[in-house]
Amino acid sequence: MSLATKQYQSISYISGPLLFVEGAQDLAYGAIVNIHLPDGGVRGGQVIEVSERNAVIQVFEETAGLDLARTSVSLREDVARIGVSREMIGRRFSGLGEPIDGLPPIIPEKRLPIVGSPINPVARERPKEFIQTGISTIDGLNTLVRGQKLPIFSGAGLPHNEIAAQIARQAKVLGAAEEFSVVFAAMGITQREAAYFIEQFEATGALARSVVFLNLADDPAIERLLTPRMALTTAEYLAFELDMQVLVILTDMTNYCEALREIGAAREEIPGRRGYPGYMYTDLATIYERAGRVLGRKGSITQLPILTMPDDDITHPIPDLTGYITEGQIVLSRALHRNGIYPPINPLPSLSRLMNDGIGEGRTRADHSNVKDQLFASYANGVDLRRLVAIIGEEALTERDRLYLKFAEEFEREFIGQGQTDRTIEETLATGWRLLSHFPRGELKRIKQDHVDRYYFGEQMEKLWEDRSTR
Amino acid sequence: MSSQGTIIRIAGPAVIARGIPGARMYDLVRVGSEGLLGEIIRLDGPDAFIQVYEDTSGLRVGEPATSTGAPLSLELGPGLLTGIYDGIQRPLQSVRSQTGDFIARGAAARALDREKRWAFEPRVQQGAALGPGDTLGVVREFGFEHRIMVPPDVRGGRLAEIRAGEVTVEEVIARLADGTELRLAHTWPVRTARPVARKLDPREPFISGQRIIDVLFPVAMGGAAAIPGPFGSGKTVMQQTLAKWSNADVIIYVGCGERGNEMTHVLDEFPELEDPRSGRPLMERTIIIANTSNMPVAAREASVYTGITMAEYWRDQGYKVALMADSTSRWAEAMREISSRLEEMPAEEGYPPYLSSRLAAFYERAGRAVCLGAPERNGSVTVIGAVSPPGGDLSEPVTQATLRITGTFWSLDAGLANRRHFPAIHWLRSYSLYMPLFRDWYRDNMPEDFTVLRDRASALLQREAELQEIVQLVGPDALQDDQRLIIEAGKMLREDFLQQSSFSEVDAYCSLEKAYGMLRAILTFYDEASAALRRGMLMDEILNLPQLEEIARMKEVPNDRFKAYIDAWMTRLPEAFGAKAAAEGA
Ligand SMILES: Nc1ncnc2c1ncn2[C@@H]1O[C@H](COP(=O)(O)OP(=O)(O)OP(=O)(O)O)[C@@H](O)[C@H]1O
Ligand SMILES: [Mg+2]
Repeated sequence: MSLATKQYQSISYISGPLLFVEGAQDLAYGAIVNIHLPDGGVRGGQVIEVSERNAVIQVFEETAGLDLARTSVSLREDVARIGVSREMIGRRFSGLGEPIDGLPPIIPEKRLPIVGSPINPVARERPKEFIQTGISTIDGLNTLVRGQKLPIFSGAGLPHNEIAAQIARQAKVLGAAEEFSVVFAAMGITQREAAYFIEQFEATGALARSVVFLNLADDPAIERLLTPRMALTTAEYLAFELDMQVLVILTDMTNYCEALREIGAAREEIPGRRGYPGYMYTDLATIYERAGRVLGRKGSITQLPILTMPDDDITHPIPDLTGYITEGQIVLSRALHRNGIYPPINPLPSLSRLMNDGIGEGRTRADHSNVKDQLFASYANGVDLRRLVAIIGEEALTERDRLYLKFAEEFEREFIGQGQTDRTIEETLATGWRLLSHFPRGELKRIKQDHVDRYYFGEQMEKLWEDRSTR
Repeated sequence: MSSQGTIIRIAGPAVIARGIPGARMYDLVRVGSEGLLGEIIRLDGPDAFIQVYEDTSGLRVGEPATSTGAPLSLELGPGLLTGIYDGIQRPLQSVRSQTGDFIARGAAARALDREKRWAFEPRVQQGAALGPGDTLGVVREFGFEHRIMVPPDVRGGRLAEIRAGEVTVEEVIARLADGTELRLAHTWPVRTARPVARKLDPREPFISGQRIIDVLFPVAMGGAAAIPGPFGSGKTVMQQTLAKWSNADVIIYVGCGERGNEMTHVLDEFPELEDPRSGRPLMERTIIIANTSNMPVAAREASVYTGITMAEYWRDQGYKVALMADSTSRWAEAMREISSRLEEMPAEEGYPPYLSSRLAAFYERAGRAVCLGAPERNGSVTVIGAVSPPGGDLSEPVTQATLRITGTFWSLDAGLANRRHFPAIHWLRSYSLYMPLFRDWYRDNMPEDFTVLRDRASALLQREAELQEIVQLVGPDALQDDQRLIIEAGKMLREDFLQQSSFSEVDAYCSLEKAYGMLRAILTFYDEASAALRRGMLMDEILNLPQLEEIARMKEVPNDRFKAYIDAWMTRLPEAFGAKAAAEGA
């Protein structure tokens, strides 16, 4: 670095993670600066506002140890960047992109701005390749496709990590053998949770194909604002320049949003709902929209963000704004979890918006869409009846209603509660048909007649028995 | 005096510059040494508050800012159809060829193709007296007669010269006596409504092909509808479905702060689909404005104005235009974001105090009108605005302000969406204020009993909801058979009539005739069943009639074969009950 680098000495004010520097108007908006501490240490920061009077700097690490008199600031880089290279695969980094695995720094092939640029909508390719996760509630009812952003909405104490790890382990595109990798970004999760993921990746050999960014619970909160962007910049490089199929796991987005709120409060901005900044939607969009496929390029980015809903409340701004940006959501249920059902995915509030493009003839199976509709309708009906039964007792139900009630039980036990097994899409659909076949054919109004004729279990079974007995 | 101002403050998309000579509200400004585009949104003494349409990273205090002297304007002329533009009308295809697959700032692209030649046919002759809006002639754009009009802001005069032939949008095609040159294209500021000769009351419904809309909650051709609903409840699918199948001539689809893949979806699908009325690809009647959630927020704010101005331009030619705005909440949030960066005093939930007047002014640009100029022609702009209320809470400011000005309200319900009842429009909470205006249209275009059947269906649904409440409290046993029948009829209406999947090959579009037929089938079944009950037929026997399943499968009978199907079905219906009754009697 040149000796001529200008030092700005007149720090007028420090508040939370913000530093106000007088007379620093030649710092560009968005620039990355070095903050020189009295004890010789250096921290990083970014210019988030600049005027004739002063520049406002957001400090990435703690502001502890900074003072007004002796701290100074100098320009490091025009914008925040990360050096990327193929060698990152198999390596572990801090939330700011510094290696933390004891190995030497990587030699970057490029240094890319971490904010990224929006994919031009006309350059996007419509995601439609079915990813088989082996989990029936996802594959059968809320299908994931390559290039989708599909978050897991969880709650404290629910097994979202297990599910994410299971997906990372089992996910495959049928009939495809391409280079794929996992980019894992931890934001404010515990050492134990991080260790669980790494163990899981190690056990399945995925670690060798992973790039891990760790900002743990005791790491500086503001750093979390950079971590997902470091991870996604790396993912974009792997996907769109090295042609890889990349799965990005971001956990926990709730901690990210808390950090965003902290900055807003420090800037004394007018807060939006529940104290989160009014621009949180836009900010989250600049993370979640960095998924997809690009015309003419082989790679893809599939995003699996995880968030814990404060108080299990899906209308809380964090899940709410996320749901408004992502292409669906996988919602975990405390009730299913309490009943010992794993994975406790509640299909009703869950959704995959890209499902329709990924299923059907030639992708999964022609009856898939109908079966999904019928399973949804029947389960929703069963769940409604449960509520009714709680009030009036089961005796008051009609014969038909009882079938639905029983269906809901079995559906939860067999279709949802598959445990750690890895089901093919055929197995998932067969399980669905087996459960639906407890209804008379006439009840299956959501399914086209020819599919009923072909797949309805009851008759096939009967036929099978008939064939045997006549033999 | 300096010919340019200086930047004195930068906070994200909000920039303040001091001393811009000739600064006027809403004029476009070139900001910084890269010349980023921005718009003046407040003036305070020597200081101009500017919203910048591009990322401001790297901008410095002290860099210049100069006014272009003109407000944000669109280029209007042949060549817009099938186009996809960002919020300030930059064609995204040309942006891609300039900056690659990822949008970089500083792309400068003209909205209309400068090379393409159009065969211009004059419709007026030298010497004619022309006024604003008068038709000079036409060019053919796909299946459309694209009218070339005297721009509304040209005073007019005697036509000194006009020429036919193959011309580009920039070439002069006509000259007025005062020397004014006229071309195929002209420009118009987005924030100014284009004038009309006279506003008209809406008279006919906008036919959507969606049963719940066309039968229960229609919007007027030239009216405005709001679709509020939580995430995942079906706003976008509904707007895309209307864009595909509604009977508008031209569709302007504004993706305002929403997903990139949704734009790709439209771009991918529309060219493949055929407009059922013209037989041409749907894309040929469509213009897309795409300013996705991750694109600059100031351009997002501008995008709805860009959309509505294009809609007015096609209306002025005498077409029926429908504008889909998805989502107006993201537009409102863009206003809020910029306003707060400028440290304006907020009103409710941090939105600027002018939120509701901006929304009202936008929806006011919808309408049916006698267009400006000769020959006399009518056109309309129908606006369908999606609203994304935080947490699905409809009491929030954007929803409330929108409901005060729109005539149709389609209330999307998370509970319905969760159980995959689509469209998740709630039949008890939605409304249409336009219905009385269509009385004559229904009389002329629909069977006599259409409105009667519709009112009966609404009443049945209402009655069913009341009975369901009783069931929830005391169980189904408490109901009489005639009440159970009402519940069955309600269920048929909900599941077999109102539910309509946008992804079904056959059912995505339902003709009004078929909708009427299905409605008649359900209500006749209900009437026959009521009579049979009184004659002593058992409820269980009724529930086991094959007609119930047949009704459920009527959706899948193609529109063009439905008439024959339903006529036969209706003739056989009394038999089903009669035969039973006879068997009973025997
Ligand atoms: N009319 C419909 N027919 C069939 N499926 C539908 C229909 N409407 C919605 N859906 C289903 O619901 C999903 C969500 O719909 P959509 O994307 O339109 O929601 P939205 O209200 O626009 O949500 P957001 O506010 O997050 O953008 C769709 O992906 C589709 O699966
Ligand atoms: Mg939407």
